[in-house]
Amino acid sequence: MTIEELEQIAESVRRENAKFDYEVSVCMDLACASQGSDKLRDALVQIAEASGKKVLVRRTGCMGPCSHGPLVRVDPYKTFYGHVQSGHAAAIVDRLGGEPVPDLQCDLNEHFDSQMRVVLENAGYIDPEKIDDYIARDGYKALVTVLMEMTPNGVVHRVTESGLRGRGGGGYPTGLKWATVAKAVGDVKYVVCNGDEGDPGAFMDRSVMEGDPHRVIEGMAIAAYAVGASKGFFYVRAEYPIAVSRLTMALREARRRGLLGINICNTPFSFDIEIRLGAGAFVCGEETALIASIEGRRGTPKPRPPYPAVSGLWGKPTLINNVETYANIAPIMRNGGKWFFSIGSERSKGTKVFALSGKIANTGLVEVPMGIKLREIIETIGGGVPAGHKLKAIQTGGPSGGCIPADMLGLGVSYDALMAAGSIMGSGGMIVMDDTSCMVNVARFFIDFCRTESCGKCIPCRAGTAQMHTLLTRICNGSATMADLHLLEDLCSTVKETSLCGLGQTAPNPVLSTLKYFREEYIQHIEQKRCPAGVCKFEAVEVTA
Amino acid sequence: MSKLTLATVWLDGCSGCHMSFLDMDERLLALAEVVEVVYSPIVDRKDYPNHVDIALVEGAVASVDDEKKIRKIRAHTTTLVAMGDCAVAGNVPSMRNPIGPQAILNRAYIENTSAQPQIPCIVVPRLLPVVRPIHEFVKVDLFLPGCPPSADTFHTALTALVTGAPLDVPALTRFGA
Amino acid sequence: MSDAGDVKTLIIDDKEVSALRGQTILEVARENGIDIPTLCHVDGLGDVGACRMCLVEIKGSNKLQPACVTTIFESMEVSTNTERLQKHRRTILELLFAERNHICSVCVANGHCELQSLAQAQGVTHVRLPYRNPDLHVDASHERFTIDHNRCILCTRCVRVCAEIEGAHVWDVMGRGIDSMIISDLNDPWGESSCTRCGKCVQVCPTGAIFDKSKIGDPHPKYPDFLPYLNLMREAK
Repeated sequence: MTIEELEQIAESVRRENAKFDYEVSVCMDLACASQGSDKLRDALVQIAEASGKKVLVRRTGCMGPCSHGPLVRVDPYKTFYGHVQSGHAAAIVDRLGGEPVPDLQCDLNEHFDSQMRVVLENAGYIDPEKIDDYIARDGYKALVTVLMEMTPNGVVHRVTESGLRGRGGGGYPTGLKWATVAKAVGDVKYVVCNGDEGDPGAFMDRSVMEGDPHRVIEGMAIAAYAVGASKGFFYVRAEYPIAVSRLTMALREARRRGLLGINICNTPFSFDIEIRLGAGAFVCGEETALIASIEGRRGTPKPRPPYPAVSGLWGKPTLINNVETYANIAPIMRNGGKWFFSIGSERSKGTKVFALSGKIANTGLVEVPMGIKLREIIETIGGGVPAGHKLKAIQTGGPSGGCIPADMLGLGVSYDALMAAGSIMGSGGMIVMDDTSCMVNVARFFIDFCRTESCGKCIPCRAGTAQMHTLLTRICNGSATMADLHLLEDLCSTVKETSLCGLGQTAPNPVLSTLKYFREEYIQHIEQKRCPAGVCKFEAVEVTA
Repeated sequence: MSKLTLATVWLDGCSGCHMSFLDMDERLLALAEVVEVVYSPIVDRKDYPNHVDIALVEGAVASVDDEKKIRKIRAHTTTLVAMGDCAVAGNVPSMRNPIGPQAILNRAYIENTSAQPQIPCIVVPRLLPVVRPIHEFVKVDLFLPGCPPSADTFHTALTALVTGAPLDVPALTRFGA
Repeated sequence: MSDAGDVKTLIIDDKEVSALRGQTILEVARENGIDIPTLCHVDGLGDVGACRMCLVEIKGSNKLQPACVTTIFESMEVSTNTERLQKHRRTILELLFAERNHICSVCVANGHCELQSLAQAQGVTHVRLPYRNPDLHVDASHERFTIDHNRCILCTRCVRVCAEIEGAHVWDVMGRGIDSMIISDLNDPWGESSCTRCGKCVQVCPTGAIFDKSKIGDPHPKYPDFLPYLNLMREAK
């Protein structure tokens, strides 16, 4: 494969597409598919054929605003139709070339215009099962160019220059990680993609794997070249069967095109990827537990150091990055590190994909430049809290994160700012809560999650989260005393400071952040047996003499 | 100077702590110089006094009656001492917690009884679902673990309480001692 | 042979000590008479850093590190017994006592239990946390030994000694989080498992969870000291 050959493929796809007057893209991602977008597509294909119009009906990955699904985009008009059912197919095809169908059209211009799409640049524009669609949008150009023109050091340098930080939650500088693995001594090295996305309310990685799988594969291949690895593992949770089948297909296609395998592009560089399925343990997103799981052992974390960069899979230097991190690599290679560095805030570069969910008009995926104000995400892009209710808090970072109160909407979204506010960037879950959410109950939900997902290896996480859950349950059912609250705070500090891995160390965050901003709500539960949001049901407490 | 008042209470325990307390032997006489035992299984007084300086509580809280007692004792006592593992940690009485009171009552009054098996329902106080140490109900000022704490432990602890001297409990006793 | 570059000097609790490169903080501390409490560590077995009792403070880092797996470096300054560490150790012990049903007074290991003596040494006189009182079983199917899960603290010493020293790997951990359980083979009764009846797990178990049936009613001290010797002799062969 050469740049010229890639160009030829791209040209033939473009020629093929030019035969059509209209492109009707149907979102076939999980949220839309579960509401019947597959039937819709079949209907569109049938009716378009019968109509005699030159219509290309395309299946695509997630377009973003899931709450409007099933979504259809009609090009060249960039018209969006929401809540489309197969019965609407005739009207849509009929109106092609004329005015759009009024009842279906949804105005998402502001929603999309306020975003900046790098990772999701192809989302909604390519058929994820067609490698040529990806190539037609500059896919694999970065890999081929890197192999033809750059040294591994040059690649690492460019990633470092870009200021990219890990998108899995930790925010560790990616360039530094790559440089460490590149320098590590070892005849065999591995590259691992962490697709074990498990935070409640997070589905960025799934959408990328399902909607644009080649982008991640390309990023991994470039990483492998940079650090000197010849073998990669794609660790995907088994609960993502579509992602697994799309990736399997993508890997096969990439091999067929000579973009994976032995002597890629006739260079000495050989690289291939194997998929490994997670068995449903959240803790396997922690890198040392993930390594244990790939090795076929019980998925429990190990104390670090040694870090996987030095001693990872089977004791070999191993590079582990998150799906979204790899998805950023190809654009960085294509457009340069300085381009990426110019986007974002002072210490958080580039863009971030967030999964918006909860009490907000436009739920779904959004991609914004780092440093953007929370207000813009919630009000402009997200469309605000549906009428009749008031924004109360925004939960970021999943079970390791915290709740940011509504009066902090002016906060710029970056690793450091979120950390300072008592939450974390995390992998990008963003749950919007209104006045019907009880913050104590929210904290209890996340602690319950951590309790069931704790691996049980270290005592503070295993028993500490269980005890915190008991105490929070007491607060929620009205049987707690102020002594219980102090005990809870005491436990938070021990679990945070003494747990073995990130799961335990961050498990108290939802409690600590709600205590920081909503302490009054805890006290109302305890002293007045009152839940301001009306969520908690208090048990009748037996009065004893 | 008037003597300090001392109460000893027996909740759900085996009375072993009281036995160990009595094992102070002749030291009891010296103790009696400075404290007056105003309420105890070993003195004849039915009601808990209005004010007690030091109360030694043996046993866990296992029944509604125990709960009522411990709350009353707390209200009328200056220094409340959890005496022995049952009061401190639940100990043997709490071994029924995993299976619940009904299973215990059945075993004691039905399964192992040949004549007229029945679970008593009058006079005997109702059991709580779980047996818990007293500090889960009321504030405790001093914990003396041990099953039972030794007579030496009692002597050192009581002397410290009476004189206000510093007391290092872990140096004296432990769970199960 | 070690050259001068392999010898490091460091400070543990204001005491200057020397150590060999690659040694752990725990090893160096104990060589120098500084006691760091441990539960999952036992000399002669691989360390897992799970019990978090041996966490220490290292100057320059806010993060607490487990002494059993953290190797020393030149000019390192370690504090092993600060107020912060004492508070965490007590809380961890309380978590253990509240997790399962530890009734010291009726335990076969009473007086010879590492959990019990550690609680005393760390000044735990009561447990502030609510007792969980889970309903756990006792497996007495083995002809010589018994495992009482009520007393298990999941230190995995038995798992490691069986896998690393005996080579039988009868023990392992099943389940997750608070529901984790030590199992023999694929959760078979111990008596019907592939157990070699060597008894090593009995000797390394820090509590009364795994015990010798013949010792019921008698003092049951454990003797895990054979492990370093066994390793030494195996390496010497």
